[in-house]
Amino acid sequence: MTAIVDYGTGNIFSLCNAIEKQGNEFVVTCDPKLIYSADHIILPGVGEASSVMREIEIRSLTDTLKKVKSPVLGICIGMQVMCSFSEEGETDTLGIFKNRVNKIKSDGVKIPHMGWNRVENLKGPLYDGIDEGEWFYFVHSYAPDINEDTISFTNYSNLFSSSLNRFNFYGTQFHPEKSGAAGERFLRNFFMLNK
Amino acid sequence: MVAKRLIPCLDVHEGKTVKGVNFVNLREVGDPVQMGKFYAREGADELVYLDISATKEGRKTFITLVRSVARELNIPFTVGGGISDIDHASALLDAGADKITLNSAAICNPGLITEISKRYGSQFVVVAIDAKFEQNRWMVMSRGGTKDESKILSEWAVEACERGAGEILFTSMDHDGTKSGFACEALSDLCKIIPTPVIASGGAGTMDHFLTLFQSCGADAALAASVFHNREIVIGELKSYLHQNGIRVRL
Repeated sequence: MTAIVDYGTGNIFSLCNAIEKQGNEFVVTCDPKLIYSADHIILPGVGEASSVMREIEIRSLTDTLKKVKSPVLGICIGMQVMCSFSEEGETDTLGIFKNRVNKIKSDGVKIPHMGWNRVENLKGPLYDGIDEGEWFYFVHSYAPDINEDTISFTNYSNLFSSSLNRFNFYGTQFHPEKSGAAGERFLRNFFMLNK
Repeated sequence: MVAKRLIPCLDVHEGKTVKGVNFVNLREVGDPVQMGKFYAREGADELVYLDISATKEGRKTFITLVRSVARELNIPFTVGGGISDIDHASALLDAGADKITLNSAAICNPGLITEISKRYGSQFVVVAIDAKFEQNRWMVMSRGGTKDESKILSEWAVEACERGAGEILFTSMDHDGTKSGFACEALSDLCKIIPTPVIASGGAGTMDHFLTLFQSCGADAALAASVFHNREIVIGELKSYLHQNGIRVRL
């Protein structure tokens, strides 16, 4: 069973469909027991950093999310709140990844960063069968910097971490559920973890 | 940098695609879901579904359709047609749409752009502008291009962005259906004055038209219907052609 962490934000319809298509059952929940017992955990990608953090705190999920042992995938804002600090709402975040999330510099580029961009310098099992420089779909205005947790980067006026990994924790700035065949492969690789 | 996007547009009437012809390997020609999947496989970067139903039943069918599209498609898609209040937009979001387009309703009530983008974010709101070149100015038209709104394209586009539009979809009514190329000059001007991506629509006839659009007009994406539907241009081939000519596209 996959647990999609419910922090009361937005539309997760596409994500649920993508998980179903992989043949996985899921539950949308904020119950720590269900989250602890899930085989895979997903932090979905809709919302604003400081309000998502507030929702996580209201549901007393901070410790749970830091201590779970199953593979965790944070998507977009889900990954950003797993970092240590976000400029969006100037908020401390979960600190699972040591990265800081900064507003994208508008050096001649449009913000939000919206559309298909390349993901490079791929590392680790989530990129099995995925080509170096593959295209993924992005929609965001803030992005994590690059450090030792970076498992891919993307160039949009500056380089940023398009995915992160530390222990059993993974995160993507792109939306795998909207990234065509490559995104489906990425999710399949995630669900292969722990199997 | 992001790739230039190619976007097929499907007109949907009472749950069926209106211009669905000449598709190979489709179980049902005119099935919007099957057509969408077909285009996604061919390399379309996004899809737009426009509801042209005039009836209440048609509108309901459309929401059901949006749900099926969201279930089956693995690329982003935008829906539009007759969206006139935030509840309608919310229903489409809940059905799984990534973005909506606002057109006539936003002209009558520009506050709608603000309201929807505040609640769901700018990335959810595409403002579609149909315009016609008249007396040396690009005039905004609404209701399928029948009514002169006495709004000027550039001013309305800037206002839409200030109110929270995440993208502008500009259709030149002078070029639409002519297959003689996009409204390059107007697009260049538009791209210079607004901060959001611009989707060009109207006039696509050859692969060269797309190349010119991306090389010299500054547009971020191209939307077309008939040239894709009747297979005059195959998206995969078009992308290879653009790539060979130095345009950054997702292959």
